[in-house]
Amino acid sequence: MSAALQERVGQRWRKPPFIKRDWLRWVLVGGAFLYLVAAIASIEVNWSRVYEGLDRGVAFIASFTSPDFTSRATDIWEGMLESLIMTVASSVVGILISIPIGLGAARNIAPLPVYVICRGIVAVSRALQEIIVAILLVAIFGFGPLAGFLTLSFATIGFLSKLLAEDIESMDKSQAEAIRSTGSRWMQWINYGVQPQFMPRLIGLSMYRIDINFRESAILGLVGAGGIGATLNTAFDRYEFDTAAAILILIIGTVMFLEYVSGLIRARVQ
Amino acid sequence: MLRLVELDKTYPTGDKALKSVDLEVPQGQVLALIGPSGAGKSTLIRCINRLVEPTSGSVFLGDVDLTKLGSGALRRERRRMGMIFQEYALVERLTVMENVLSGRLGYVGFWRSFTRRFPQSDVDEAFRLLDRVGLLEMADKRADELSGGQRQRVGICRALIQNPALLLVDEPTASLDPKTSRQIMRLICELCAERDLAAIINIHDVALAQMFVQRVVGLRFGAIEFDGPPDALTPDVLTRIYGEEDWEATIEKVEGEDEDEMVTA
Repeated sequence: MSAALQERVGQRWRKPPFIKRDWLRWVLVGGAFLYLVAAIASIEVNWSRVYEGLDRGVAFIASFTSPDFTSRATDIWEGMLESLIMTVASSVVGILISIPIGLGAARNIAPLPVYVICRGIVAVSRALQEIIVAILLVAIFGFGPLAGFLTLSFATIGFLSKLLAEDIESMDKSQAEAIRSTGSRWMQWINYGVQPQFMPRLIGLSMYRIDINFRESAILGLVGAGGIGATLNTAFDRYEFDTAAAILILIIGTVMFLEYVSGLIRARVQ
Repeated sequence: MLRLVELDKTYPTGDKALKSVDLEVPQGQVLALIGPSGAGKSTLIRCINRLVEPTSGSVFLGDVDLTKLGSGALRRERRRMGMIFQEYALVERLTVMENVLSGRLGYVGFWRSFTRRFPQSDVDEAFRLLDRVGLLEMADKRADELSGGQRQRVGICRALIQNPALLLVDEPTASLDPKTSRQIMRLICELCAERDLAAIINIHDVALAQMFVQRVVGLRFGAIEFDGPPDALTPDVLTRIYGEEDWEATIEKVEGEDEDEMVTA
């Protein structure tokens, strides 16, 4: 047995800690804990207000036991239809635009200038929250579903392009290289060497995005961008909690249905 | 037919992968390129069809200097060089037939390839090649359903349907078992003989190379250390290429095994 081995045999072995200096590790852990305590202590809670509010909360939840689908049936139906149209249209437009941008935002296939521009578009789209974009677009285009459609298309581009680009960046290089070595054109190379690798991910993400767009379309109505959200907003304004409950149940049902369908499709395209 | 003149490759990291390599391969010759990992075998092959851009020097395929070509002309020349890869490099989610036909991409326009409507002659040739390597029944299977040896045979079809003058073969047997390795090497060499193709085969397994090829080139630190017939690979030469090791034992043993196999086969 060598001396180096002799020294180690019989010794306990432990995984080396991520932060090697003991004092630094304890200061960081202790600091994080103190901050947590201080942060919780800084939250002001008006307990008497909570006590009053509980009644309203109970009334709201109680209305779910008697949802009113009928008295505002036409409004609800029109709102749902508008939301569905907004969802489908913005998803289709957003997905079609995000494919070229996603290709351009993948460093391993795009030249640097294209990459910078496409990453810029993605960054802008992701930096602006949907509600803020919707408020801006409602100001420009007026109330209604057009603003909502544009907002969701814009948000879809940021979401899908970024995740698509990341999938392309982690693709298997050798498959793409093999197609390039046959003397293929750039478009053929994308179609044969790259597309088959990102297609399942693209389909999965698109399904997921359709689902998000529907949920978002319910929120965007609150700032005047049309859809079922507008109907929901009106119901709240009139304190018609039973109608609001009916709308929420419809939204939840639709989202769960979309979730189920997208799960089925994603499982099939691997 | 293929001539490399003072080929140099220095990677941006400063690694000198190739140092002034001169090499000439006549038509129909199958050449094995051996050498330790990192000696530049893979780089050498990729510098020929410019999947890796050489730093300086020239590559002549016939009379054409490949290093001087623009992208369009390079694409046309790449059609004459079929490449077979380590780990097969088939596009896994495409069918076997699509993988084979992808070898014709350099010859057909975008819409034809996009809609998968290849000329009948290409389709017939693809079926003929699949039949030649014994995979006709697999034509419509997805590539990732095949075994390693089957995938590599599809890879061979993809290279051959290009109707190349030269095959560039990068570690064709690296992830195959010994028997499949021999079958694949035998297939490549037979096909080269049938079609009078030149080939450069990167290979780790020296004994396997000696069994099949007419000429061996040894690469060490990016320079040619040995160039000669397979039986001139003495333990001395192997030590010069790879470094110190007990070569007698390993080579003798493998050759012995091989004879056994021939007897039983």
